[in-house]
Amino acid sequence: MKCDHCENEATVHEVTRKSGVTIEKHLCEKCAASGGVSIEPTSPLAEALQFALNNPPVIAMSVSGSPAAVPEKMTACPSCGLSFSEFKATGHLGCPNCYRVFEAQIGPLIERAHEGATHHVGKVPKRLLGGAMVESEEAQSVLGDLEERNQRRIALRKQLEDAVRGEQYELAAKLRDQIAKLSEMGILPPDRPGLAAQG
Amino acid sequence: MSLGSSLPSYETQTEWLRGTGAESDVVMSSRVRVARNLAGFPFVARASHAERQRVLEACRARILAAGTREPLVWVNLHECAQAERTLLVERHLISKQHAKGKPQPEKAGIPKAATRTVDDPRGVAIAVPGERVSIMVNEEDHLRMQVIRGGLALADAWNEIDQIDDGLESGLEYAFSPRFGYVTACPTNVGTGVRMSVMLHLPGLKLTGEIEKVKRAATDMNLAVRGFYGEGSDAAGDFYQISNQTTLGKAESVILHELQNEIIPRVIEYERAARRMLATKRRASLEDQAFRALGVLTHARLLATDEAMQTLSHLRLGVVMGIIPGIEVTTVNHLMLLVQPAHLQRVLNTEMDQDQRRAARATLVRSRLAIRQSM
Repeated sequence: MKCDHCENEATVHEVTRKSGVTIEKHLCEKCAASGGVSIEPTSPLAEALQFALNNPPVIAMSVSGSPAAVPEKMTACPSCGLSFSEFKATGHLGCPNCYRVFEAQIGPLIERAHEGATHHVGKVPKRLLGGAMVESEEAQSVLGDLEERNQRRIALRKQLEDAVRGEQYELAAKLRDQIAKLSEMGILPPDRPGLAAQG
Repeated sequence: MSLGSSLPSYETQTEWLRGTGAESDVVMSSRVRVARNLAGFPFVARASHAERQRVLEACRARILAAGTREPLVWVNLHECAQAERTLLVERHLISKQHAKGKPQPEKAGIPKAATRTVDDPRGVAIAVPGERVSIMVNEEDHLRMQVIRGGLALADAWNEIDQIDDGLESGLEYAFSPRFGYVTACPTNVGTGVRMSVMLHLPGLKLTGEIEKVKRAATDMNLAVRGFYGEGSDAAGDFYQISNQTTLGKAESVILHELQNEIIPRVIEYERAARRMLATKRRASLEDQAFRALGVLTHARLLATDEAMQTLSHLRLGVVMGIIPGIEVTTVNHLMLLVQPAHLQRVLNTEMDQDQRRAARATLVRSRLAIRQSM
């Protein structure tokens, strides 16, 4: 395989995926060294999480871009007794309730650990699906209020647009299927024409 | 509890070791792992002995009631001998962490060092004889289920585990958050709780010196690259496991698509290109390496595990590229399992120290290859 910039054999191959777009670079050692490609390894995930834990962002931002009021910081989970400093030491939470209790603090960390993701858009426990069930109080408490459901739709729509822009039609088809499936199950609110992807 | 006849260890029928399946010249196996926790309980590390016991009983009951395509064997790991647990780790059915267990959360006055980890109530269900499915209870999360298939078969593995997950969920209440999805002890697993990984044999890229570039490229794409036995293991035998790291914000079908249709095929192609290059431009040294490996394996009197894995890797490349006739890749795959310490001792039915194992390993390998080789 030839280098992208000259006639030499390409020995440095870089494949980058950012926001659903794939970019391939094939360079020889010389062209790579003269500034085409970074050869520094990036931190593994756990290290990134640790870094984020030690350097929390100053302001909590919601997806739409306006700063949200930072809720009073909880120091310990009432269900299991885990303190936030214990979490920082081990990187592990104590119980499902910790996700609610420490949401303000861990939200940004989780976003950083998962390529900027803010909401789960995949499989949902089956007991919460099926027509009327979705509107039940139990389902609401698990699937979230309208705001949460909107965020899910925004996230998926953005991924779809990125895929189409990057000419990844197979991926786009999968995303369209996922949106359709979740809409049918009532997990996403009905599509409104004015609801454009933000951010 | 003795595994005894429940887990055949010599003539193993582990499906993924057969070396068949799509792209099996490069891809050894595909694995999908799903993490789930029960609502109303602390996560494992934070749970008391009594709570862990209750989780264990509830999950065990549901797993055995739901069943899988093959019959399930249940193992209480805290009642198991060390050798039995190591056997399961070597077979990729449980993690090293699960074999070891965890201390109970610190209670006032009891130093952590004094708490026994081996008594930690935990278990695993294994589908026999194919060993395609294993469901761990009380590892890092309450439930960690996995499906392993031979070759590149992530879609099949995902479909199978999706069904198993549904089956368990209909009798258990999973902890689920509106925003974060299926909740897990470690936030790096939250959301789908799904980790898909492919074990690749990359001796070509190792020989051409390009393996580091592949590792860097994978890391840049938010993929984890691990060795033969997963987290914390080295790349013995030139095997590398590539898996997704992001579990939140992507649907399971998208994680699957990216790995199975975009990333892994590229790595496979790089490996094949490296092998083609070696076959044409460095044929003599490629043949030399393969035949030297055969020579060592059929004649050595002492063989350490690491050396065995490395030479078996060279042999596997030679077999797959048609340089070494008369040996099947299944034989090489099985040998990679049988040379592991616990398996070796089980096969020969004796406990051995390290020196004895080196001799016994060499003997075993010689005899297995002598049978298979056509002279």
